[in-house]
Amino acid sequence: MSVVADVIESTVAILKGMKRTLSEIPRHNWTVQYPDEPVTVQPRYRGQHLLHVDEAGKEKCVACYLCAAACPSDCIYIEAEDDARPYAERVGRDERYAKVYNIDYGRCIFCGFCVEACPKDAITHGYNFELSVYNRADLLKTKDDLLITKQVQSKNYRVALSSEDVDSEFKKIRTKGGEKTDR
Amino acid sequence: MATAVENFAGQPEVLDGALESQMTLSMGPQHPSTHGVLRLDLRLDGELVIKAIPDIGYLHTGMEKLFEYKKYQQGIVITDRMDYLNPLGNNLAYVMAAEKLLGLEIPERAQVIRVLMCELQRIASHMVWFGTSCLDMGAMTPFWFTFKEREKILNLIEAASGGRMTPSYFRIGGLMMDLPAGFDNRVRQFLDDFPDALNTFDTLITGNTIWHSRTKGVGIISKEDAIDWGLTGPSLRGSGVDLDLRKATPYSGYETYDFEVPVETDGDVWSRFKVRMHELTESYKIVRQALERLKPGPIKADAPKIVLPDRDDMRKHMDSLIHHFLIVAEGFNVPEGEVYHAIEASKGELGVYMKSNGGPKPERVHFRGPSFINLSALPVMAEGEMIADVVAIIGSLDIVLGEIDR
Repeated sequence: MSVVADVIESTVAILKGMKRTLSEIPRHNWTVQYPDEPVTVQPRYRGQHLLHVDEAGKEKCVACYLCAAACPSDCIYIEAEDDARPYAERVGRDERYAKVYNIDYGRCIFCGFCVEACPKDAITHGYNFELSVYNRADLLKTKDDLLITKQVQSKNYRVALSSEDVDSEFKKIRTKGGEKTDR
Repeated sequence: MATAVENFAGQPEVLDGALESQMTLSMGPQHPSTHGVLRLDLRLDGELVIKAIPDIGYLHTGMEKLFEYKKYQQGIVITDRMDYLNPLGNNLAYVMAAEKLLGLEIPERAQVIRVLMCELQRIASHMVWFGTSCLDMGAMTPFWFTFKEREKILNLIEAASGGRMTPSYFRIGGLMMDLPAGFDNRVRQFLDDFPDALNTFDTLITGNTIWHSRTKGVGIISKEDAIDWGLTGPSLRGSGVDLDLRKATPYSGYETYDFEVPVETDGDVWSRFKVRMHELTESYKIVRQALERLKPGPIKADAPKIVLPDRDDMRKHMDSLIHHFLIVAEGFNVPEGEVYHAIEASKGELGVYMKSNGGPKPERVHFRGPSFINLSALPVMAEGEMIADVVAIIGSLDIVLGEIDR
């Protein structure tokens, strides 16, 4: 008799669980069809670095090596040079600039310490996160890859507004399409 | 069968003279239910486990040695990668040990934010435990529900710190930066939805008779054994010992929060399960209280030679800029001495032993990882059980191999 009771109890338990599971069907999806749909990243998200320039397009970096000193994984390599030409002709905003600025993404851990260390706001984390390459040597990014004027931004992300609740925002986007209903 | 276990449990040397029916089974390191790369050397008599020997070290990274080459502030990023389900807890243990050596006073707002974030992280960590331990035992559905909740918390952590799994949000002397605008409302939104999720878990698992028969009376460890083996956290409280470091040796102002320490007495998988499920509710309560206490104020200690100055200050004032350069380039000297600081991480007592020789880099940093010590008690629980129950026991211990191998 107890075997029968066990079978009934287990069946009831499974049915209860299935009821909850099946009740999810009319609700909206929480998953994002990446890469067909962009993923939402937060404003503070730490992706691939950007080297910034001022309004005239001059590099802000003065090659003070603070980012390299702050880096816990020693992935930043800088060569400084002085450029005595007048402002309009030179590369950097200041006379001293980084002739070589390399970040080895094989070592970088995206901790944000370089950004925190930079006294000139010359380096920040961008949002590019698709950094996989076929060749390990390609992980070494030079100034050409990092400058904000040259780095190609991926279309696969969307930056949330600073105070935006991504989860509720996400619900809104989904319901706007009209295909799926909100809870 | 049972007599064979009684004979062999206390006399491991007899095992070497192999029985005809005895078999050695290597479970892992690629086994999905060993939560990473743990290998279990199981001696079996039929389906009965006679002896279980955990074999670790597949994820060894040499993190503790690495600390000796990093400045104090740089060490924070290494702690993220130990217990990767509870990075903020690791951050907290590490920075608090350094702050103890430095004698820093942390302002109220920073303390509250630390508690808030750590409790959110504890919920996220327990979500992974719940999802994966159900998954191990064949219940796949709860996994999707728990990871949905975890996703919300990771979004919150990402909003505050910029990192999802590796936030590095706490700094020696305060926080990386203040919470973003509207953060408290987002946490409230999460908390409002959370009881609903807890209800779902109860429907799916807690009240499920199949789950009861898989967990009740399995993997029992007595109160005395649990203390002897040094179990901490929910695994210890599942054996009836009322020890929670948030109550026993309060830190970050935990003594002012109103919460209970759930204790169960049976010491089996079901008890540990109930303790953790109850802890979710308690963490939820603490987050609610911490939200009420969020008042504007400084988030960094008043120590210009240790804590980085505000960015605005640094741009405008020469002395702030000089401090900024010195702290980043050379670090700060920590007074000679040694200190042990323990916090209640999501898996148990996470202790940091830190020794300073007066320089900008620590001489030695050692972590007392809860997963490592909880895992050492696995043979006590697993011996005499069926092989399928070993999976349940590992799940109930909530181990993270990144922390065990360090």
